Amino acid sequence: MNGKNSRSYLELSGVEKKFGAFNALRDINLGVAQSEFVCFLGPSGCGKTTLLRIIAGLEVQSAGTVRQAGRDISRLPPAQRDYGIVFQSYALFPNLSVFDNVAYGLVNRRAPRAAIAARVAELLKLVGLPDAGAKYPSQLSGGQQQRIALARALATSPGLLLLDEPLSALDALERVRLRQEIRLLQQRLGVTTIMVTHDQEEALSMADRIVVMNQGAIEQVGSALEIYREPASPFVADFVGKVNVLAGTAENGGLRIGAALLECNGTHVPKSLSVKIYLRPEDIVARPIAPGDSNVFDARIEKIEFLGSYCLVRVATDVLGQPLTVYLSLNFLSEQALAPGSRLKLRILPDRLRLFDA
Amino acid sequence: MPEIAVAIRQRTDPADRIGHAGLLVVFVLLMAFLAAPLAAVLMQSVEDRNGRFVALDNFVAYLQTPALVHSLWNSIWVSAVVTLLTIPAAFLFAYALTRSCMPLKGVFRTIALTPLLAPSLLAAISFIYWFGNQGVLKDAMQALGIASIYGAAGIIVSEMFAVFPHALMILITALTLADARLYEAADALGTGAARKFFTITLPGAKYGLISAALVTFTLVITDFGIPKVIGGNFDVLATDIFKLVIGQQDFQRGAVVAVILLAPALITFFVDRLIQRKQTSMLTARAVPYSPRRSPGFDVAMTAYCALIAALMLAVFGMALYASFVKFWPYDLSFSLRHYAFGLVDAEVDTAFFNSLKLALGTAIGGTVLVFVGAYLLEKTRGVEWLRPGMQLLALVPMAVPGLVLGLGYIFFFNSPGNPLNGLYHTMTLLVLCTIVHFYTTGHLTAVTALKSLDAEFEAVSASLKVPFYRTFLRVTLPICTPTLLDISRYFFINAMTTISAVVFLYSPDTKVASIAILNLDEAGEPGPAAAMAVLIAATSLAACVVYLGLGWLVERKTQKWRNLK
Repeated sequence: MNGKNSRSYLELSGVEKKFGAFNALRDINLGVAQSEFVCFLGPSGCGKTTLLRIIAGLEVQSAGTVRQAGRDISRLPPAQRDYGIVFQSYALFPNLSVFDNVAYGLVNRRAPRAAIAARVAELLKLVGLPDAGAKYPSQLSGGQQQRIALARALATSPGLLLLDEPLSALDALERVRLRQEIRLLQQRLGVTTIMVTHDQEEALSMADRIVVMNQGAIEQVGSALEIYREPASPFVADFVGKVNVLAGTAENGGLRIGAALLECNGTHVPKSLSVKIYLRPEDIVARPIAPGDSNVFDARIEKIEFLGSYCLVRVATDVLGQPLTVYLSLNFLSEQALAPGSRLKLRILPDRLRLFDA
Repeated sequence: MPEIAVAIRQRTDPADRIGHAGLLVVFVLLMAFLAAPLAAVLMQSVEDRNGRFVALDNFVAYLQTPALVHSLWNSIWVSAVVTLLTIPAAFLFAYALTRSCMPLKGVFRTIALTPLLAPSLLAAISFIYWFGNQGVLKDAMQALGIASIYGAAGIIVSEMFAVFPHALMILITALTLADARLYEAADALGTGAARKFFTITLPGAKYGLISAALVTFTLVITDFGIPKVIGGNFDVLATDIFKLVIGQQDFQRGAVVAVILLAPALITFFVDRLIQRKQTSMLTARAVPYSPRRSPGFDVAMTAYCALIAALMLAVFGMALYASFVKFWPYDLSFSLRHYAFGLVDAEVDTAFFNSLKLALGTAIGGTVLVFVGAYLLEKTRGVEWLRPGMQLLALVPMAVPGLVLGLGYIFFFNSPGNPLNGLYHTMTLLVLCTIVHFYTTGHLTAVTALKSLDAEFEAVSASLKVPFYRTFLRVTLPICTPTLLDISRYFFINAMTTISAVVFLYSPDTKVASIAILNLDEAGEPGPAAAMAVLIAATSLAACVVYLGLGWLVERKTQKWRNLK
């Protein structure tokens, strides 16, 4: 899927960005297929926004090429590229009406007035604000403003849609609503889309593929499930979702953690003796546990953090010698009358352990 | 194989070339009308009469001339005294305006700012009427032990009046930037009023106080009008420059004095830059603005103090106004318009007044266009990166250059026969350019602040929509910024009306302006017409303020309606 895919709509090869001595981006190779929705995900400062701005021509890469629809756009100024862009700040022109904002790119193309009006009406309907044309941006909510910014970016039917943290300025409810809308809209129009975000939930729920970035480099590219279940590096495992990190050693095809010898299927046990074991809280289960199951051990509840239907429970385990964090359902906890101090049996699913060299 | 680093350069969009050309034009203008004249001053100060390089010989010769060193000392101590007297007075006034619940705040503030409307020497003329040889209160003054107003005493009181509003504005800003939460925390801990003042208020206003003190010192030491009118035989640096250059044609030593005058301005400039960075970081976005609470005793005391200062200011202004309408001071105090008639007609001051209007209008229009276009291209466009650091510096330099030094640079640079721009010398065009450059920085910073408050991505969005930058400038940036444009323009207009220091070197009989005419009338022993002219300038500035207020109202209705929608 990476780099050399000849069917890629957008292709980045060997892209680097230096700010003085600082390497903001290192050897970025990535292909984005036509109509694909790709998220750049990473902590702040990882270079994801810089990469987006390089694709937009708002920054110039220090090395490497960018090809879009078979055309080398590496050296083209923004105005000669083909994309629409939406920023976190909306960047709507405050002194122009919503209609004029959406029509901003159309007017320049000298289209007849009636055609412009029809196109604007169509776009406003598309983003669910058919009657907003006469209003000014300041009269709209944040979410509505971002919908208008989206309409403005799509007005000229660009081949590529760039979204720079479009949901970060919105409140939680609006954010969830708009993220579904954007995804539906993107699928309906089939426009190739790249979104930058630091919010893993956003990336996991919206993207066809996620590009996890760290310190200017790509850590992993994959679907949401791949990223979550099979993180390619400790960083990805840590950054996406919650994870327990345990220290252990490889022994006879199994894993020794403290006094326990764990079975581990499916994952390749590295050669080195000491390893780091990454384990999601939901992969340590309290039921079902059948008699004779492997990887079962006793635990004592230390702390329960209430999160809603699930609780984040911190348990101490004598046999592992290290505390663990697990998700237990609220129902399970009340059924079993579990509270801090209670004891219970837990099982680590043998096919869910991810191992990395220590 | 070693890696060969070839910088990738983006191609330039044809539309962007227009922006680059514009930036280059502003840059060249600032080089020709700011950098080159300044370089000429520096060159003169290290050359002898024949243009040979003599290193610091001129400075050594200067320090060996007792009379000149005496002026240096005079300048320093007078400026220091004015600073020490004005800052506490202005601080208390600003404190009353921001931290008390006294009535008539707007009135007091307006009165305290009126000196900005007139040339600084209006105060000197007025004090001569109060305490001069034929002054109303001369005997009272002498009873206090001051023999004569002509000299240090006159300079000090006049400068205090003239610089008060400058210090006041800085201090009001500093005291407005208070975080109410600090005071609430102090109250919760049962802190006394005095302790709160010394542990919260004063440290909070520290940077403002330093900045105000430096600005005051610099304004006084570089002021020319007041010591010229009321200084008598008390020589200061500013009057020395004029005597050396215009009187004795001693350009070298004039340049040396100019370089010396540059020093306090430069120090002020750098300290101010440093402070501004600290001051902005002090007030976080979460700060809660302070609002004063009623406290009868304190409020009455503050009202009394402000009323006293306002009364003194009105007394200064009022005396000039009164004297301009008096028939023959001090013998016939009946009402007459003869000073206006004489001043305007007989002394050919009508041309001077119209020249002032031309200068003010030219500066207000040309300066605003140049400053705003320059700031916009600098802040909001991309490309020609090599030009930008230099542009940024040039835009800030005028703040650090006293008008006298700039004017002197213009003589050296434009009056030299080899200069192709020599034809500009003595023309109104050059006066306008000089005044624009002189007041460039404040305008520039105002424009930059307004531009920075706009979304940084407007230009990126426009480019992605393939709309050239100038369309977005005209359709979005300019309409949003019109109130700021008016502010900048008014600033230019009033300063052009009242300025003396730079233009005093540059005018010809045809291009003499009103503020210079006051100097000449005063020198010719015509204080009445001089006062009339000063009043006329103040009245014009006031009228301009009213016009700008009206324009602001119109603009608000036409281009800013989106701001107040619900």
